[in-house]
Amino acid sequence: MDGDGRRLTRPVPRVPRSTARPAARAARWRADRSRAGRWRGDRWGAWLGWGAAVALPLGFLAVFFAWPVVSLVLEGFFTETPAGRELDLSGFAEVLSQERTWRIVGQTLAQALAGTLLSVLLGLPGAYVLYRCRFPGRTLVRGLVTVPFVLPSVVVGVAFRALFAPGGLLGWAHLEESFAGIVLALVFFNYAVVVRTVGGMWERLDPRAEQAARALGATPWRAFRTVTLPALGPAIASAAAVVFLFCATAFGVVLVLGGLRYGTIETEIWTRTTQFLDLRSAAVLSVLQLVVVAGALLVSSRARAKRERALHLTSDSVSAHRLRLRAGAGGTDLAPALVTLAVVAGLLVLPMAGLVTRSLRAPDGSWGLDNYVALGTTGGRNALTVTVWEALGNSLRTAAWAALIAVVVGGLVALVVSRRPRRAGLRRAVGVLDAAFMLPLGVSAVTVGFGFLITLDKPLGLDVDLRTSGALVPIAQAVVAIPLVVRTMLPVLRAIDPRLREAAATLGAAPGRVLRTVDGPLGARSLGLAIGFAFAVSLGEFGATSFLARPDTATLPVVIYRLIGRPGAENYGMALAASVVLAVLTATVMMVAERLRGDRPGGEF
Amino acid sequence: MQQGKTSGLAVRDAVVRYGAARRRPGAVAVDGVSLGVAAGEIVALLGPSGCGKSSLLRAVAGLEPLAGGTVAFDGADLAGVPVHRRGFGLLFQDGQLFPHRDVGRNVAYGLETQGVPRVERAARVAELLADVGLAGYAGRSVATLSGGEKQRVALARALAPRPRLLLLDEPLSALDRRLRERLAVDVRDTLKATGTTAVFVTHDHDEAFTVADRVAVMDAGRLLQVDAPDVLLRAPASPRVAEFLGLSADHAADRSETTGARTAAVTTSSGRDVV
Repeated sequence: MDGDGRRLTRPVPRVPRSTARPAARAARWRADRSRAGRWRGDRWGAWLGWGAAVALPLGFLAVFFAWPVVSLVLEGFFTETPAGRELDLSGFAEVLSQERTWRIVGQTLAQALAGTLLSVLLGLPGAYVLYRCRFPGRTLVRGLVTVPFVLPSVVVGVAFRALFAPGGLLGWAHLEESFAGIVLALVFFNYAVVVRTVGGMWERLDPRAEQAARALGATPWRAFRTVTLPALGPAIASAAAVVFLFCATAFGVVLVLGGLRYGTIETEIWTRTTQFLDLRSAAVLSVLQLVVVAGALLVSSRARAKRERALHLTSDSVSAHRLRLRAGAGGTDLAPALVTLAVVAGLLVLPMAGLVTRSLRAPDGSWGLDNYVALGTTGGRNALTVTVWEALGNSLRTAAWAALIAVVVGGLVALVVSRRPRRAGLRRAVGVLDAAFMLPLGVSAVTVGFGFLITLDKPLGLDVDLRTSGALVPIAQAVVAIPLVVRTMLPVLRAIDPRLREAAATLGAAPGRVLRTVDGPLGARSLGLAIGFAFAVSLGEFGATSFLARPDTATLPVVIYRLIGRPGAENYGMALAASVVLAVLTATVMMVAERLRGDRPGGEF
Repeated sequence: MQQGKTSGLAVRDAVVRYGAARRRPGAVAVDGVSLGVAAGEIVALLGPSGCGKSSLLRAVAGLEPLAGGTVAFDGADLAGVPVHRRGFGLLFQDGQLFPHRDVGRNVAYGLETQGVPRVERAARVAELLADVGLAGYAGRSVATLSGGEKQRVALARALAPRPRLLLLDEPLSALDRRLRERLAVDVRDTLKATGTTAVFVTHDHDEAFTVADRVAVMDAGRLLQVDAPDVLLRAPASPRVAEFLGLSADHAADRSETTGARTAAVTTSSGRDVV
């Protein structure tokens, strides 16, 4: 028995190669037969492991997402009466009969539609130039295009406000507090989503289909319209749905740019909660928001399913060609190149450059670093409770915790969802899990933060008020970041050939070891990107954080918003300088994470 | 097929289904196959694509569940034994080398799971790489290998943990013809030199005859005939077997007089299609 036990950990008696091995082998495997009981134990272990991998994220989602959000929504349906809770739809009637509500809903939809349309129209030439053509500096431009997407929304708001303000670079256009101004800022944000989603697909599209059409006499435009565009359709639809979602739930940027005249449902929820203390109508608006978002998510998931099917059709051959600026036999890329140049220079670089320039302008009008020096203070007339540098410290600390939580929870979800169980029922369950963790992407961060406030004073009946512990901020930020982590890691994990795992198993690796030696190293690179993504998103998170951060633990975006809300050139200057600091920080995190990924395709955004 | 009592692999009435759900039986890939492989023997599973030979192989490896029948080795039923405890090696058509490991660490993978000490592992890896004609390749990245080299590494990797049975799933199909012919000889030599019991799946009869001691011809989920290559060529059991072996349909019809005229006619016409 003793010898048997020892061989369990080291199952191969190392006999010399030349001896009669078949006999030795037979003896060894016969000994193994007595361990059938242990194999059953293995199976239980596997069930336990996967069970934990499903239960932990689901528990997290239930407590920190579903419960707060559902409680908030129910707030709109019920009223507290002396007799108990009663169904009461008068809140709906009241909110829905207000002219202001429908103005906000109309503005939300109009801004989102215009932002989506313009992002797609400008993004298509960008995707072509950046993913289908080769030119010096392409990697740099691709990185540059990605930066706005991870920039904190408050920073973008501040940058565009500086641009549109009287005396700003675009002061003559009178875009301050205008529809067009908001749409431009939304496009600034989401251009990268279209370029990367469509470009990633376009890059892998077999160019020979288009070449065949050209050989059949089609003009370049006709070949594009009849062959390439239909192939790109699912990617465009998927990108458009995601952009629409982001535009419809835009918060920080609209709050900063919209002033009193323009808003979204999201900013309206915030206003009614924090300014009017009207929780009931805010809850009703949250329900309205959910309806809009659910529609967009539905379209998005349909498009994504199609895209994943369509991906099989593409070749992974590198099909980029040299950028052709002069007319030749193959046509010219002049038009898309010019559009892309105009967008990158005018829409992406200009606001950022404007922000940096403006931040170097001291309150007295002279040039210098005065605004940056002032970051060590609490602002004019003590606008803040903490200095901006302290707020930066808070931001880094909470973002680190948020990234950790998001990567653990999101990583587990990605791992579970990347499996294709044999049983149809389990397969469906995996699909449901996948969809469940996309929900936070659609439910507004403001709703999440607001829901935390009304539920987590006594989480699960326990007598710990999470609201004062400071733990809520990183948790809320993690909830927002988890969908992005899942979407970053999932394509990479799914791309691992299942036969690679089978090969490892036939070489004697138990399931845990397969996970460690195959999925682990192959998924590690996406892990780097996921951590960076989660960290950057958490750094810039404003919607939920603005509800939850206490004055002494305010994060950088919260501080920036507070500064621009206070009067005084000094505070405004500090807001600009702080925005530059935050922008540089998030962009750096993203660039580093992007480098870790290398050039393998994967990820949605 | 009645192997000397219990030594080696014994498959009995194996059934493999795909896409089975609670109320749907699913498509039958393997339909009641019985096959024995004696210790040290190489058996080729020969059949057209989609005939179920790969499914049978995967069921033996434990990668597909059996819907019926049994798989036993050395007399022990393997029902419920997970893949990694069966001690069967598996070689895929495209090698499936681990892209994040170099050649040496690919070959060493199975030895690592067994806890073989580092020094011994290195020696064994070097020895196996020499066996497959790739001495000195241990430090190479797998991305730099040609198709033939990849398959050689995959073979070395599969042999490293000394599997009691090696399953080869069309290991040479992705290679060009000349390389395939040469490697087929090499594979047989390596398997015989290491005394490895093996099942070799292929759709190429020349390859099957080169590598195997016995050839099992499979079609539509069933075994048609299992015999040594020369017996098969001399006396194919049915026109379908003859057709698949590349023998002329007439030849088959002559040989298998027991087959009804109708079947022969059908085969002849389809045989012409093949030619």
